[in-house]
Amino acid sequence: MTTEAADPVEAVAVSPAAGPGFLQRYGTTIEYILIPGAALVGALAVFGIFVALFGKNPLDLYFYMYQGAFGTWFSWQNTLTRAAPLILTALCTALPAQLGMVIIGGEGALLIGALSATSIALAIPWAPPLVVQITMVCAGVVGGGLWITLAGALRQYRGVNETISSLLLVYIGLAILNHLVEGVMRDPSSLNKPSTREIGAANMIGSIPGTDVHWGLVFGVVAAFASYVLIYHTVFGFAARVAGGNIRAAKIVGLGVGKLILTICFLAGGAAGLAGMIEVAAVQGRTNANLAAGYGFTGILVAFLARQNPLAIIPVAILLGGISASGGLLQRRLGLPDASVLVLQGIIFVFVLASDALYGRIAFLKGKS
Amino acid sequence: MIIGETPLPSGALGVDVVAMTMRFGGFTALDSVELKVRPGSFHALLGENGAGKSTLVKCIMGYYRATQGGVLVGGREQAIANPKEAHALGLGMVYQHFTLVPAMTVAENLVLARDDVPAVVDWTKEKKQLAAFLSRMPFKVPLDAKVSDISAGERQKCEILKQLYLKRRFLILDEPTSVLTPGEADEVLGMLRAMVVAGDLTILMITHKFREVMAFADDVTILRRGKLAGRGRVADLTPDDMARTMIGAEQLTVQPPRVGEVGEPRLELTKLTALDDAGAIAVHGVSLAVRGGEIVGIAGVSGNGQRQLVEVLAGQREAESGEIHIRGDLYSASREEMRRHKMSLLPEEPLKNACVGGMSVADNIAFREFDRAPFASGGWWLNRSAFRKDAERKIGLYKIKTRTPDTPISALSGGNVQRAVLARELGGEVEVLIAANPCFGLDFAAVAQIHAEIMAARNRGAAVLLVSEDLDELLELSDRLVVMFHGQLVHEARASEANLTEIGRHMAGH
Repeated sequence: MTTEAADPVEAVAVSPAAGPGFLQRYGTTIEYILIPGAALVGALAVFGIFVALFGKNPLDLYFYMYQGAFGTWFSWQNTLTRAAPLILTALCTALPAQLGMVIIGGEGALLIGALSATSIALAIPWAPPLVVQITMVCAGVVGGGLWITLAGALRQYRGVNETISSLLLVYIGLAILNHLVEGVMRDPSSLNKPSTREIGAANMIGSIPGTDVHWGLVFGVVAAFASYVLIYHTVFGFAARVAGGNIRAAKIVGLGVGKLILTICFLAGGAAGLAGMIEVAAVQGRTNANLAAGYGFTGILVAFLARQNPLAIIPVAILLGGISASGGLLQRRLGLPDASVLVLQGIIFVFVLASDALYGRIAFLKGKS
Repeated sequence: MIIGETPLPSGALGVDVVAMTMRFGGFTALDSVELKVRPGSFHALLGENGAGKSTLVKCIMGYYRATQGGVLVGGREQAIANPKEAHALGLGMVYQHFTLVPAMTVAENLVLARDDVPAVVDWTKEKKQLAAFLSRMPFKVPLDAKVSDISAGERQKCEILKQLYLKRRFLILDEPTSVLTPGEADEVLGMLRAMVVAGDLTILMITHKFREVMAFADDVTILRRGKLAGRGRVADLTPDDMARTMIGAEQLTVQPPRVGEVGEPRLELTKLTALDDAGAIAVHGVSLAVRGGEIVGIAGVSGNGQRQLVEVLAGQREAESGEIHIRGDLYSASREEMRRHKMSLLPEEPLKNACVGGMSVADNIAFREFDRAPFASGGWWLNRSAFRKDAERKIGLYKIKTRTPDTPISALSGGNVQRAVLARELGGEVEVLIAANPCFGLDFAAVAQIHAEIMAARNRGAAVLLVSEDLDELLELSDRLVVMFHGQLVHEARASEANLTEIGRHMAGH
């Protein structure tokens, strides 16, 4: 036998002390900011074309959007007020996403949460405001939580696709709300717009001192931070990430996947239910069809733009809140229909979903040294 | 002087590879490798996983374009840009996994593989031609049978027949016998050998089974880490020579000797039945007892219910009926039971079955213990420094090659993923160990380490159930051997007295 290449090849072990380069360490993080950012810019460009077709100058559009969203203290407050429920409804999509589930029924949980909170407040008119408010929070969380748990249970025990069931539950939730608001819970004095009775000015949660932004923003930010800690620093979150990352691996180490699914769904629905409670206790003061304003659906967009990261949801929710806040200004200054910001949201969603294919494919971010 | 191209010589083709180098980015998969396959010879290509065998044949077949170097077909340099050009030259390849359409008949598969299938196929004519073709071939296959209805051995014959039907004169076989029983393997290789001797065919076979090399090959080329490690005539070599050349100077973990007493039955399966994903019965009334200090091997051709059996034991699939008892307690694969009975599982394809690719090596190593001290403070707060400390210790102990404990486990090679799972599953006390093809696709060093760990667990008194498609592995490790066929245990033997022919016969269902 002729041995032609018998040099001893040393082990290819990489020295653990070797410091990874900047791109190797932060490449993924940069990607998580760069790609959604580019998707947003792309969507704005397409929206500019859309607006140009109406004979308006796209540059005016961008200017007024900025003005309407972040240009003045007034518009900032408007933006933050809209961001509050978005943070919570985004969590309704982002939390189940840790388990690999796609839940898009935050709107339904929001409505049921609002309905539960209103019912409980109307049931105890004699109680002091603080008690009413705390009870409303609990009712909103439990109502919304159980609503999404229903979608989780259907998946766990009957194998029903949770995306479809949670979406269909939105329409059932809306039907229940309309049924009650136009029926037994209707305030006889609400003539044009059937509504429940008011929960009473004393029971409203009010604004953060010195601003017109209601306390819901604080609720949302706290919930986002709590979700982050739950997912990345607790045993429960670790188990959820194992199950979400690879269900077979979770089973082989004996993790109870069913329990994880139901708990996460309850927390997710609870967040959206809390958003409903806040809309009632901070904005509307009563329950009516106005609550179905699409916060639940915009929340899906926020969660996807934030890559399902609970902390990233906060800035993204503010951004999207700003876009929706600028709708009014666009209507007044450019004569665009109020709903045109919905068109923009739709375009953003398409861009974000399409950009998903780019992760891990941007050569200079791969950090090859 | 010859003007224009001379036609390629008829009959068997020779292929030479000259100084071939293939780089993928910064990684050199082949480093000026030479290969000379004489026309009309049976050539074996040996090497560990990752030695570059597949890359080399893919360069020959035109799937990859080599960074440097060339291929000579029939003594003439050819630039093979894609598989189609390789086919036109008469080169063909049979893959490890089947490429036939299961829902179609053998005849349909053969005709449809042609480059020039007519828009309307005249089946009467085609069948007549196929029958004529088959009569010249050494193997017989049922032309009108659906591929899904014939055995693995017959499918492999069809794959080879397809290549011959397409008039390929140089065949590359990529581990052709991995899905066959020893008997079927000998039959197929024997027939191919006869065609080679008759001068109709040249064969280049990728394999890791020395037995087949010794019995069928004329010449052998051995690769190690992308370089030519040695070559020569098989007649001048022993399996030991070849193994040493394949492994090089690497130190292998020494397997501990078989010691200790066999204890009480610890894992008992009673009339266990389970379905596969399609709802058909995959495991049919299996009863089996594994005692402490014993390795029971389950042999069988892949797809006879072994996977589903392991999945039931691992909690990845629910049993349809039957019971599992561990130390007399009913077992349903919950975390609490796995912990109480000190269960360990080494599933096949660890990245797919036992790891979360996107999570770090340290996290993956902690899957069994993360909800207990010291990993969890107060039962709920993760203590990151404990994760890191434990991972660093196990990475050293089990020689896991990773850049840092925080590297995602999907970035590791197959052997190192399996080492990480080994560290997790065998790092603590073990009383019951279930292993399924634990060494599939791994290099010698990893295989030796895993075998040593399994034997050590047995010696410490664990009950070990080892499911494997590799008979050599089973014979080496098992105390007792059972054969699984069509979901049932059909044969049992002491491994020390096992008769390969007998076992092969039962694996094939006779």
